[in-house]
Amino acid sequence: MNIRLNGDTYEISSALSVTALLAKLQIDPRRVAVEHNLIVVRKDAFDRTTVNEGDEIEIVNFVGGG
Amino acid sequence: MADGLNVADTFTIAGKTFTSRLIVGTGKYSSHLVMQRAHEASGAEMVTVALRRVNISDRSKESLLDYIDSRIFLLPNTAGCYSADDAIRTARLGREAGLSNWLKLEVIGDEKTLFPDNEELLAATKVLVKEGFVVLPYTNDDPIACRKLEDAGAAAVMPLGAPIGSGLGIQNPNNIRIIRESARVPVIVDAGVGTASDASLAMELGADGVLMNTAIAGADDPVTMAEAMKLAVRAGRLAYLSGRIPRKMYANASSPIDGLVGRDVQKV
Repeated sequence: MNIRLNGDTYEISSALSVTALLAKLQIDPRRVAVEHNLIVVRKDAFDRTTVNEGDEIEIVNFVGGG
Repeated sequence: MADGLNVADTFTIAGKTFTSRLIVGTGKYSSHLVMQRAHEASGAEMVTVALRRVNISDRSKESLLDYIDSRIFLLPNTAGCYSADDAIRTARLGREAGLSNWLKLEVIGDEKTLFPDNEELLAATKVLVKEGFVVLPYTNDDPIACRKLEDAGAAAVMPLGAPIGSGLGIQNPNNIRIIRESARVPVIVDAGVGTASDASLAMELGADGVLMNTAIAGADDPVTMAEAMKLAVRAGRLAYLSGRIPRKMYANASSPIDGLVGRDVQKV
């Protein structure tokens, strides 16, 4: 099944938690913020938030800026 | 106020006190290492950061945060946002990424000038203040816009000196002075600084702080420029506190008129 991940199509084998998705992507959850279908997911809700087919996920982090 | 350089001179935004009045960016550096050294030389206690998508396909890039001293306070921005809605969305993500509710709020109105869209900025400020954010809006050098932002609950106002990254210096010193006179929150001149004297001028006009990125990151030697900016901000601040002399149209001799050699003594 496919999800939209940072504006691109991304394939997952089955529904999974945000925590599992980040682990799969090798992203340190402490360093990022995640949006699930336009709603910010609090870090303490990463485990219990499920990513399903067709969901839109944005994963952002800090970069250099002024 | 006394004792010149030894004077304790802090400033406070939303209950948080800073010793350094220089706030610097983290963008445009040739390397993370140069940025780190420039930050150290600047003495800044707060730096701005931007929020962008994680590169999913290439995870090799080092994290910016590894190169920011843990004692430095992070101020996420909403750079690149062109509407209140986009800025609000970015702000909420920034709060979650950084675990602080502070925000440099930018809502841009035009790609070429990067001037703020004050209408959208004000709308976003109202929403985010209600959500508990400490909002520091980047705004025009317009005293009325600043007043409206302050009334909407902004914790400071950050009028531009000149367009972002232009290095043109303070284009409208009198407006900055008027904004400082009327504002009841800290005034931070944000953007437009090109060199040290620009930062000094902002401080001499009464600004509580200066925020810059390109002037340091884009200099041939960013680390030395960072130190120059630290000294310039301090010099300008001390000059402001000292109370400059009034401007006069003609000379006023510094040496005594009496006792000049070769002149007859005047009998009263």
